[in-house]
Amino acid sequence: METVLAAPLEIGFDYTRSLGPVLGRFMTGLRDRRVLGSRTADGRIHVPPLEYDPVTHAPVTELVDVQPTGTVVSWTWTDRPLDGQPLDRPFGWALIRLDGADTALLHAVDAGSRDRMHTGMRVHIRWSSSPHGHIRDIECFAPGETAAAPAESGGDPVTIMTTPIRLAYTHTTSPEEGRYLRELAEGRLLGQRCPVCRKVYVPPRVCPADGVPTEEEVAVSEHGTVTTFCVVNVPFAGQRLEPPYVVAQILLDGADMPIPHLILGLPADEVRMGMRVAAVWRDRAEWTTSPTNIAHFLPTGEPDAPYESYEDHL
Amino acid sequence: MRRAAVLGTGQTHHRTRRTDVSMAGLCREAIDRALEDAGVDWPDIDAVVLGKAPDLFEGVMMPELFLADALGASGRPLLRVHTAGSVGGATAIVATSLVRAGVHRRVLAVAFEKQSESNAMWALSVQPPFTAPIGAGAGGYFAPHIRSYIRRSHAPGHIGALVAVKDRRNGALNPYAHLRQPDITVESVQASPMLWDPVRYDETCPSSDGACAVVIGDQEAAEASERPVAWIRATAMRTEPTFFAGKDHVNPRAGAEASHALWHAAGITDPFEQVDVAEIYVPFSWFEPMWLENLGFAEAGHGWKLTESGETRIGGRLPVNPSGGVLCSNPIGASGMLRFAEAAMQVMGRAGDHQVAGARTALGHAYGGGSQFFSMWVVSDTAPASA
Repeated sequence: METVLAAPLEIGFDYTRSLGPVLGRFMTGLRDRRVLGSRTADGRIHVPPLEYDPVTHAPVTELVDVQPTGTVVSWTWTDRPLDGQPLDRPFGWALIRLDGADTALLHAVDAGSRDRMHTGMRVHIRWSSSPHGHIRDIECFAPGETAAAPAESGGDPVTIMTTPIRLAYTHTTSPEEGRYLRELAEGRLLGQRCPVCRKVYVPPRVCPADGVPTEEEVAVSEHGTVTTFCVVNVPFAGQRLEPPYVVAQILLDGADMPIPHLILGLPADEVRMGMRVAAVWRDRAEWTTSPTNIAHFLPTGEPDAPYESYEDHL
Repeated sequence: MRRAAVLGTGQTHHRTRRTDVSMAGLCREAIDRALEDAGVDWPDIDAVVLGKAPDLFEGVMMPELFLADALGASGRPLLRVHTAGSVGGATAIVATSLVRAGVHRRVLAVAFEKQSESNAMWALSVQPPFTAPIGAGAGGYFAPHIRSYIRRSHAPGHIGALVAVKDRRNGALNPYAHLRQPDITVESVQASPMLWDPVRYDETCPSSDGACAVVIGDQEAAEASERPVAWIRATAMRTEPTFFAGKDHVNPRAGAEASHALWHAAGITDPFEQVDVAEIYVPFSWFEPMWLENLGFAEAGHGWKLTESGETRIGGRLPVNPSGGVLCSNPIGASGMLRFAEAAMQVMGRAGDHQVAGARTALGHAYGGGSQFFSMWVVSDTAPASA
C-alpha cells in the first residue's frame, strides 16, 4: 500500500522593501517614466543602479538619466510564461543595455514570436499604465525606437515598495508519518519504537537521537499527561483560534515524547502540569489523514500524575 | 591554532522599522562603524562572512547574492552562515576560525535582520499540511519551557520581571538600543499584558531592524592596532535536535556541553569568579536564570538566586546584559553578534555608559532554533598565554 501522503502548501506575504536613498530615487524616477543609472568611480553607469561601488566600496551618490531605448545584448525565448512573469504570452528574455548605460538589465521583450528576436535589436520601454514607483512600472520592452515622453513628476519621493511573494509547495510525508496519518483516519494513534534507544515516537520519524528509522509499531493511548503548557493570549497573523487558549505538551500513555495540542473545555487558568487528559475526536464522518481529527484534549478527572512521572519529559 | 582578536565592532541604531535604509544600507551602517572602530579600511579586509536568520523574514532567497557588492565582497571570499537565532554568534565564530586557522589576516563578519519587511510571528508560524493548527510563534514555543523551569527550580514568580527591569534600564544606557526604558519597574512589568502565560509583554523581546559587524584580526593585526583589542580566548558551538525523547528543554545538553568546552578551552575553572561580564541571549526574561545554569554560572535550579540577589546588575558580581540584551533590541540575525560584540566592547573599554568597571574577561552567548544551536565565545583584554 502506498503510504506516502502529499498535499499542497501555499504561503505568501506582501513583503516590503525599504529602498534607501539610491533605489528610492530609482523607483521615484520610474514613477515619472525616467530611468536613472548610478555612476561609479570608474565612470561606468549601472542600470539598475548599484548602492555601493563594487571597486571602492563607497556609497554611490551620483545618479544620471539614461534613455528608455536600448539594445538587446543577448536573449532567450520562453514559450510558456509562468505566473508572476511580466507577460502572459510567449516572450523573449533579454539582456538590454539602455542607451547611456554601461551595464545590461534583464527584462521581457514583447516581440510576438521568437524569429523577431535578435542580438543587436533595438527596443524601448513599454511603461505601465499606472506607474506608482515600483520596478513593475516597466511593464516590459517592445521592439523599436519609440518611447513615451516622461510624465509630470508625480509627487512625494518613493521610499518603500511592496513585493508580494507567493510560494507553492507540495508537502510530502515520510512513509512512517503516512502510516501514522492513515491510522489516525481510522481513529487510532500509532507510534513507532526506535530500534536503538527503544523510545516510542508519535508521530513516527527517523529517531532524532540515533538517526535510524523507527520500525516496531506501537499502539499509543489517547490518554495522556500534560507535562507543561502555555496560555496563548496574543493574536497573530495566521492564527486559527480565538485567544485565550491553552497549548499543552501532552505525553500520551505509551509514548516517550510529548505532542503539542489544545486543552479546551475548562478555563485556561485551571490547566495544570500533571493534569490527566484524553483526546476528544471530531465526528467520525469528518476524519481524514490529519491530526485535526482530534479536536482537542479534555481533562479526564483522574488524579494528577506525580511530577516524577513526567519530569524527564520537560 | 593561532591567536585572534576583535579589532573593532559596529552596530546600527536598532528600531522597529528602519525604512530609511535598504538591507544593504543597514548592513553598511554597522560595517562602516566596525571598520572605523577597528582603524582599518577596505584593502585590509581579506574575507567577508554574512549571517542572518531565515530568509522568509525578508522574503529574499540567499540575500548574500545581491548584497555582495555592498558588503565589500567583490574580489574576496564571501561565506553565508545560517544557524537560526544563534547565527550572529556562529558568524563571528566562522570569521574567528578563518583567522585562527591562518587562512586570512583580517575578516569582516556582519549579521543583520530587517524584520519590518515582513512579520516574524507569521514567518515562524507557517503551518505545513498534516499538522494541527496550534503554533503560537516563538513566545508560544518557549513559554511552556519557562513554566517547566519555574516548576523545577521553585523560582518565585517575580524573577522574570526583575530581569526585564534590569535589562530595559541597561538598554536606556545604550544609545543603539531599540527599547530604552529608564523608568520601568517590577510593578509596571507585572501590570503589562500576559501574552503567552507565563510570559508577559514587558518580558518579551521586541521585533527590530538592525545589523552588527565585527572585524577579526590575527596576532599581527591585533598588535598593529593603535586601540585596545579583545583577544578571543575560546569559542564553542554545539547542536542538538529540536525534539527528541528525553530532550531537556530547560537545560539543553548542547548548551551545557558547549559551555563546558568553552570554559575548558579558555582555561576557566570557575566561570562565576573568573568572568567579569556576560552577554547572554535572553529573548524572554526567564531565560536569564535558565542560561546562567546551562552556562555553569550557577548550579541547576539556583540561577534565579543570582538574579534575585542583584548580582547580575551592572555593579553586581556578574553583570549580565549591560547592553540591554535581546530584551531591548532583537534584529534576530544580528542579535547573537550583538552579544559577542558587546562582550568585546566591554573588555576593550568601549562600552560607554553601560561599561562594566574593570571588565577584563567577558562572555558572548547566543542560541537559536528550538534551543537547538548554541554559540559562544570568551574574550579578554590580554592575549591568551597559549594559543
